Amino acid sequence: MLDVYKIREDFPILGKKVNNTDLIYFDNAATSQTPNQVIDVISDYYKQHNSNIHRGLHSLSADATNKYERSRTIIKNHFGALHEHEIIFTSGTTHGINIISSGLEKLISENDELIVSEMEHHSNIVPWQMLCEKTGSKLKVIPINDNGTLNMNEYKSLLTPSVKFVFINHVSNSLGIINPIKEIINLAHTNNSKVLIDGAQGAAHFKINLSELDVDYYVASAHKLCGPTGVGFLYGKSVLLNSLPPYQGGGEMISNVTFNKTEYADLPHKFEAGTPNISGVIGFGAAIEYMNSIGFNHIESYEKELLDYATENLKKIKNIKIYGDVDDKISVISFNLGNHHPSDIGSILDQYGVAVRTGQHCTQPIMDHFNIPGTVRASFSFYNTKSEIDLFIDALKKASNMLG
Amino acid sequence: MQSIQQIQDQIIDEFEFFQDWSEKYQYLIDLGKNLPNFNDNNRIDSNLIKGCQSKVWLNSSFDDNIVKFEADSDAIISKGIISLLIRVFSGHKPEEIIAADINFIEKIGLNSHLSQTRANGLLSMIKQIKIYALAYQAKK
Repeated sequence: MLDVYKIREDFPILGKKVNNTDLIYFDNAATSQTPNQVIDVISDYYKQHNSNIHRGLHSLSADATNKYERSRTIIKNHFGALHEHEIIFTSGTTHGINIISSGLEKLISENDELIVSEMEHHSNIVPWQMLCEKTGSKLKVIPINDNGTLNMNEYKSLLTPSVKFVFINHVSNSLGIINPIKEIINLAHTNNSKVLIDGAQGAAHFKINLSELDVDYYVASAHKLCGPTGVGFLYGKSVLLNSLPPYQGGGEMISNVTFNKTEYADLPHKFEAGTPNISGVIGFGAAIEYMNSIGFNHIESYEKELLDYATENLKKIKNIKIYGDVDDKISVISFNLGNHHPSDIGSILDQYGVAVRTGQHCTQPIMDHFNIPGTVRASFSFYNTKSEIDLFIDALKKASNMLG
Repeated sequence: MQSIQQIQDQIIDEFEFFQDWSEKYQYLIDLGKNLPNFNDNNRIDSNLIKGCQSKVWLNSSFDDNIVKFEADSDAIISKGIISLLIRVFSGHKPEEIIAADINFIEKIGLNSHLSQTRANGLLSMIKQIKIYALAYQAKK
């Protein structure tokens, strides 16, 4: 069992007041909050260990390098990668996607096709559109069903021999729906297509084993997993990462530099040019350790409890419309109330201290599918409580009354 | 005809009656609901103001050296704020609009209740209003 009130003590920000009232933070799908266990590690790094990594011979540099590389091992173990060098540290999910999209420029040609879905975040659409523009390849889109799930029959029929890559999110950021990625990957592999999974929303809510999933690339961000902003990772199978050209040139990513020819370093350094976000990476490792100390099985079942409780109580409100109300989803509820604009609801909720996200959530195609300007998105984390949900529902009713 | 500053002062006075944010919001919502109907022909993309999370359309006309504004939004609080802007700016000469120093938003305490997103949207609206006025002045 998870002791939520004890856990909340780890998060100093949860005691904050906004607009003279207690903060109720339901914008976890945008960024999660940071526990002392992570804040302290980052602060301690600058107080005790700050030094540039990998090339220094002095003790402080060795110390920082060990901590940085230890995070790689933590992340490798947690996500079930086979080797440390398959974990590339990035600035976040978007960076990871762009490493692959730019790497594919010379490997994709005009007769090739790429697949994305209608429910992708813009950051898993735009880099592929840019790749198509550069290479002349074609982007195909898996539509969603009216309940928000992926249309798997359409996916199967889109998987033609010319499809080289499939880019899908693990979990929809705007609806919270969990996609059947194992099936998606197997179908793609049978078709000789590679798969990149955008794990920005997936990685934080349940345990994943990347080598068992047999996924080719997986990208995620630390700040959705109680870690700091500006850091994330790209996982890739060794053979695939080795086949890609480097993303950026600079220090760290080379083994030999002359004006005649420069040789690139091996994985993972080939993709980690320049001084990385050392404290961020160390904080990321601490965040994974923190979440594992609570236990992902506990996190998953408690968040499901919050989701069910909130969904049940929201449905009692007149004129509520929930988008993507299916069984297989994380603790995200995307909804509208009558014809009220989501920004009106969000502004009033904010006055009651409730932080939610409103708008298109960087997924304009989904909003176009439902023909709406956006939604209100409440997303819960394992440190939220049912009494916060009660206050949120109460504030929502007051907002509804105010808007008339 | 009151000057732009006189209208702003009047709005500031009106808002002083409100005890808390909810009364201010309720007032804005009511203003939004009572905003005169927007001409559907003007609900076009070229009249959309960039930088707002909700859609905001702004249209202007110029006659007898007077600029008039009409606007609309798909969000009601935005409409309420627009209603105040129209009250302040509409019916004045271009040079008055260009020279106007807009201080009522801060004085009525709306700033602290506006998210950065919304505050940016508001700035875009004021900027667009002034751009119209500049264009009409140049045309004279």
